[in-house]
Amino acid sequence: MPKDSGIGASSKRREDVRFLTGAGNYTDDINVHGQAYVHFLRSDIAHGRINNIDTSAAEGMPGVVKVFTGKDFEGVGGMPCGWEVTDKHGAPMQEPPHPILAQGKVRHVGDPIAAVVADSLEQARDAAEAIEVDIEELTPVLDMKAAAQDGATLVHDDLKNNICYDWQLGEADDAKVDEVFANAAHVTTLDLINNRLVANPMEPRVAVAEYSRGTDEYTLYTTSQNPHVIRLLMCAFVLGLPEHKVRVVAPDVGGGFGTKIFHYAEEAFCTFAAKACNRPVKWTASRSEAFMSDAQGRDHVSTIELALDADNNFVGLRTNTYANLGAYLSTFSSSVPTWLHGTLMAGNYKTPVIQVNVKAMFTNTVPVDAYRGAGRPEATFQLERVIDKAARELGVDPIALRRQNFITQFPYDTPVALTYDTGDYNGTMDKLEAAADLAGFAARRAESEAKGKLRGLGVNCYIEACGIAPSNIVGMLGARAGLYDAATVRVNATGSISVMVGAHSHGQGHETAFPQVVADMIGIDESMVEIVHGDTSKIPFGMGTYGSRSLAVCGSAMVKATEKVIDKAKKIAAHLLEASEADIELKDGQFSVAGTDKSVAWGDVTLTAYVPHNFPLEVEPGLEETAFYDPANFTFPAGAYACEVEVDPETGQVSIEAFTAADDFGNIVNPMIVDGQVHGGIGQGIGQALLENCAYDENGQLLSASFMDYAMPRADDVPFYGVDHSSQTPCTHNPLGVKGCGEAGAIGSPPAVVNAVLDALNSGGRAVDHIDMPVSPSRVWAAMNG
Amino acid sequence: MTQVSMTVNGKAVSGDVEGRTLLSSFLRDHLALTGTHVGCDTAQCGACVVHVNGEAVKSCNMLALEAEGAEVGTIEGQAAEDGTLNTIQQAFQDHHGLQCGFCTPGMVMSAAALLKENPRPSEAEIRKYLEGNLCRCTGYHNIVKAIMAASGQDVTSIAAE
Repeated sequence: MPKDSGIGASSKRREDVRFLTGAGNYTDDINVHGQAYVHFLRSDIAHGRINNIDTSAAEGMPGVVKVFTGKDFEGVGGMPCGWEVTDKHGAPMQEPPHPILAQGKVRHVGDPIAAVVADSLEQARDAAEAIEVDIEELTPVLDMKAAAQDGATLVHDDLKNNICYDWQLGEADDAKVDEVFANAAHVTTLDLINNRLVANPMEPRVAVAEYSRGTDEYTLYTTSQNPHVIRLLMCAFVLGLPEHKVRVVAPDVGGGFGTKIFHYAEEAFCTFAAKACNRPVKWTASRSEAFMSDAQGRDHVSTIELALDADNNFVGLRTNTYANLGAYLSTFSSSVPTWLHGTLMAGNYKTPVIQVNVKAMFTNTVPVDAYRGAGRPEATFQLERVIDKAARELGVDPIALRRQNFITQFPYDTPVALTYDTGDYNGTMDKLEAAADLAGFAARRAESEAKGKLRGLGVNCYIEACGIAPSNIVGMLGARAGLYDAATVRVNATGSISVMVGAHSHGQGHETAFPQVVADMIGIDESMVEIVHGDTSKIPFGMGTYGSRSLAVCGSAMVKATEKVIDKAKKIAAHLLEASEADIELKDGQFSVAGTDKSVAWGDVTLTAYVPHNFPLEVEPGLEETAFYDPANFTFPAGAYACEVEVDPETGQVSIEAFTAADDFGNIVNPMIVDGQVHGGIGQGIGQALLENCAYDENGQLLSASFMDYAMPRADDVPFYGVDHSSQTPCTHNPLGVKGCGEAGAIGSPPAVVNAVLDALNSGGRAVDHIDMPVSPSRVWAAMNG
Repeated sequence: MTQVSMTVNGKAVSGDVEGRTLLSSFLRDHLALTGTHVGCDTAQCGACVVHVNGEAVKSCNMLALEAEGAEVGTIEGQAAEDGTLNTIQQAFQDHHGLQCGFCTPGMVMSAAALLKENPRPSEAEIRKYLEGNLCRCTGYHNIVKAIMAASGQDVTSIAAE
């Protein structure tokens, strides 16, 4: 029987009511009395030297409050990078400055050159058109391999080259790796591209900043996944403001998918300008502007080699990747192709020797950073594609080849720096085979063929490292932040509870799922617990939401704080019941003395905590506890996905006929929400595989800068998905045994789609090894007819 | 500035607008009906869908002055006076048809227009009709399911929740 409340129940989302009635409070819904509007003049060329910016005409335009250029920010810090990667020779990454407004050069289409603050947005836009900019165009740096050559044009003149770092993980002895490959019975090699994507949360980014001269305090409302991180970075590294004078609020946020993690120049600009203009300043991105200024995702060019012995055991893996960072280092960009990518190259397999090489490149494109999955989709795509190719070359069943090489003993130390605590990859694959009815595939293929269609089945596995931590380890790896989280459980006198959490909900349903946990622990109704998030003035601290970490990390902090509350409440109950604290039991909201019928209700204890007339002398009044939780390890969600496609051999059109996910997320708090997270991830993964591509032309012009040009998945591009979460190996090191579910769908689905398309093409008698994403009709047609 | 008058959610309203003021801006900025969202600048995303004289319209693609005298319905007018969700809204909550909520007003308004012209649409008809509404969170699964449920169809056989 499904539970109807508490942990494990599909409680309906309480946040839905405001979203369904138009009562949400998104950042663009916030207007501050007297606000001015900012419009950014952005570069329309990819690479150029700024000779002169003449703002005099713009300054005299109607309604203009002030015009800013890079000169106004010469004494101000640039946008910081939060992760220092050390290259394979021990040198720190090259870390060029990233000014709020361009200084000296423009480095990508969309790089902000100037900003106009005016009484109305229209006036700001009109005045921006009157700014005269003299820019000498330079050769744009676009192709990563060419950019890595000696003598290539430099994106940053002060750097020695365009290579941010040349990084390596795993086996450092090249000769040893060479030997493994030389002695292998079979080697499969694959060149592939992980296409550049744009996260495109439906809500564009917005910032509204206000400043009070009376109190010297700032408030920034912003579309962020992590308001405390924004406050810390902006105060400490960019504007040099005292943190306690700055409040950052991320109210309802309309999706993030990674791209709202980062501290953006527009946030710092609005905060700076609010004081400089002594007026609130608001900026709302248009969608076209979002395409030019939101950090983009993926964009890896890789060669992967898999060595197998005569029995088809994986014996070696080597990858060489060029990772595009774009023109500047976005907040966590450096960590994505390295510690979030290289560490996952073992996948679900016991490959003994692995070497990962990554050159991270500066180019004249929009900065690239974490997008749903962040490094893990790139690793999974390479690995699961090369395994599929190997199976085809060897003429073996791709599922059997995977099963044969699965890790089956846990904990397992990979050759690429991780320790998997638990998992059951065969068990999860069993679930997939049943849920996707793989036994019935042959009959479905025959039906498709009878209609003149090619049908393909693609299967793959994935593993991800989530709940990124612990802080001491990530610190050694270069993180400039701790990756714990915090929660305060504030029990009110009448027994209701406010939980202030550092995680931020922007679609994940924390306001529903988190109370399920606290209510379950105490035995009270979920409706008595409310979550508070997204406001630095209300929450002790928080690292925010990304990397599928909220429940695993912040949820654990919440559990710890609730345990502290219960411990204290038991002391009070023991006093009221004139019993020993050790004998007090809490069940269904009642404290009772073990083995007796004496009990006192939760509400009576909480009231006593605040009206402490009859109270233990050694206990402080009140009932509120805070906990910080720093995980002992990453969590390792894993799964197996199956995709069935039909390909029209006449047109190359691919249609997804079935998609099934079997995931092991450990314990699950709200199955409905978990399923929804997987659906969304699969939708984005199918988007990457079939539709989406962020394209630049040879001049560095962004060709796909609107929803007319960038193909977002629509309702009729995708099917209903099957999801099965019954394979559950609970995380061994957090109190809830949860692993995280937010990114799995986006990580596991692209290789399943591509494997399925290739299976279809090969079933039709075409020997096609590989096809790049997005698998568009023209690419499929070319592969069939090329 | 020109005065424009219309009925919004059954209430007569008027305001002074520029010729270029979009209906979406009029609703959001003049009337503070911020449930209508703007997610793009090319009339693709559908977060701004409202009803104008009973038809689903992208309010970012219509001038406020074009709505002179019109009956306009927005997401704020969908629930009952006492706050009870209407059938479509309730189905979206029951079937987890929304996550971040940003596309949701447009989805609900489009779904209402669909069910008005086709009270029992098939899955394929729903997916086709929603071509003009983008959602980045749900992968559409639960949106389609919710609309089927709102039209009285049995959705228990549809995989997962």
